[in-house]
Amino acid sequence: MAITVNRRPLTFWEKLYLPAFVGGFKVTMRHAWGTLFQGKKVTMEYPEQKWTVPDDYRGAPYLVKDQEGNTKCVSCQLCEFVCPPKAIKIYPPGPAGQSADRSNAEKMPEDFQINFLRCIYCGLCQEVCPEEAIFLRKDYSITGVTREELIYDKEKLLALGGTQAGVQKWKHKLDEAKGQESFPVKV
Amino acid sequence: MDWNFIIFSLVKVAVVIGAVQTFAAYAVLAERKISAWIQDRVGPNRCAPPFMKYVPVIGPFLISCGFFQPLADGLKFMLKEDFTPATVRKAYFWIAPAVSVIPATIVIAVIPFGSYLGHQKMVIADLNVGILYTFGIVSLGVYGIVLAGYAANSKYPFLGGIRSSAQMISYEIAMGMSVIPVFLIASTLNLSQVVNWQSHHGWLVLYAPLSFLIFLVASFAETNRTPFDLPEAETELVGGYHTEYGSMKFALFFLAEYSNMVAASGMMVTLFFGGWTLPFWGLDQPAHSIVIGVAQILVFIIKMAVLMTFFIWIRWMFPRFRYDQLMDLGWRRFVPLSLVNILITAIVLWAIA
Repeated sequence: MAITVNRRPLTFWEKLYLPAFVGGFKVTMRHAWGTLFQGKKVTMEYPEQKWTVPDDYRGAPYLVKDQEGNTKCVSCQLCEFVCPPKAIKIYPPGPAGQSADRSNAEKMPEDFQINFLRCIYCGLCQEVCPEEAIFLRKDYSITGVTREELIYDKEKLLALGGTQAGVQKWKHKLDEAKGQESFPVKV
Repeated sequence: MDWNFIIFSLVKVAVVIGAVQTFAAYAVLAERKISAWIQDRVGPNRCAPPFMKYVPVIGPFLISCGFFQPLADGLKFMLKEDFTPATVRKAYFWIAPAVSVIPATIVIAVIPFGSYLGHQKMVIADLNVGILYTFGIVSLGVYGIVLAGYAANSKYPFLGGIRSSAQMISYEIAMGMSVIPVFLIASTLNLSQVVNWQSHHGWLVLYAPLSFLIFLVASFAETNRTPFDLPEAETELVGGYHTEYGSMKFALFFLAEYSNMVAASGMMVTLFFGGWTLPFWGLDQPAHSIVIGVAQILVFIIKMAVLMTFFIWIRWMFPRFRYDQLMDLGWRRFVPLSLVNILITAIVLWAIA
């Protein structure tokens, strides 16, 4: 159904298009002047100027260490399982492998690889991790010149991830366990 | 017809075509820069050959002006794959860019861009029917667009082509009639003599302002610039008549549009703003030395650049006219107005005589 919109007919002055010309000229001139001479440009010239990344930004996922500098990851492989593009590959230590570098974790991965050509920054690994060992950090421009370069291994991920103590679940567990050894039990 | 004439004409043709195309390329850069400033942006300021940043002062300045951007654009267009879609009408598809770029280029031939350099007249063809030649050639430009629209075999380019032809017939008449007072006043059709007349009597824009206004608006329509860019109309017709085109063929349409702008500005400078003359510093007489000759060419180029800037600036000031508004403006406003203009000019001239 066609709807007729009743428009106010233009006055003679408006029909000359001169007011529109003057108005347009004023607006464009103001903006051009502001950009050229008053530095009011809105462009951020990227490689030189960078934006402040918000704290809850979902950038590249990195492994984090706990407050004592130990690997938090326990090689449970949940993130590998949940990862939609299969970007994560974990090499578990195996029965005879190296034990974890913190006292009350059973194991840690022998190697932990994230392929940043595949990663889609969805954050499911961070969500699924029971140990809070993997976090989406602030890096948003991961570049490289070869495919191999963009597969980050455990050392690199740990170095980039830094320390994030989090809730310190195992420290509390240890304190609880120690507490249960004496009587009366304190919880 | 002696060899001297042929050789000098060929040199002039080569230089003028080169200059016009360079001017068109830098008009694109100017368009991008000016639009950027108006929209609070920066515009192209990165592109440069690698050694340029080591050149002190002038290097970084040129880079921040985007001076090398047109070269990069041209290179990109050259290197792109020249793709012909399977559904187009191939012969017309190939001819259309040429048909559109040739008139845009050869229209420059009659515009006097300087007085003398040595003993050479600074105009390629000093025709006695200069303006008629111009109008004859300029009207051909629309065939390229219509043909492109038809060749694309798709509805949006076709609509663009149709719009272009409708736009042409609504504006060509008003444009042709708007300049008649100019020739009544100057009493010659030869553009060099029009310029001469202006150097003695002052710029024609003072004698025929209405002519100038109509010619200006009509040349916006003629060159498919906003507010009359109906054949392109990105928001309505995808890309308009050149939707299906890519690489160098698209670049030719682009070049044609900007060459048309150069030609229209050159025409306006010649007809209304005294061509290569300036009323002071002895620049209003035909040159006797090389220095004055070059200065007069520079005067012409600067005048043209000012008009080009105006062309570009207008694009960001007006919204696009609707199809019927454009035809209304052409047929019902400008045709009668230019007729009245002719009549009044004729009566005034008759009364003075």
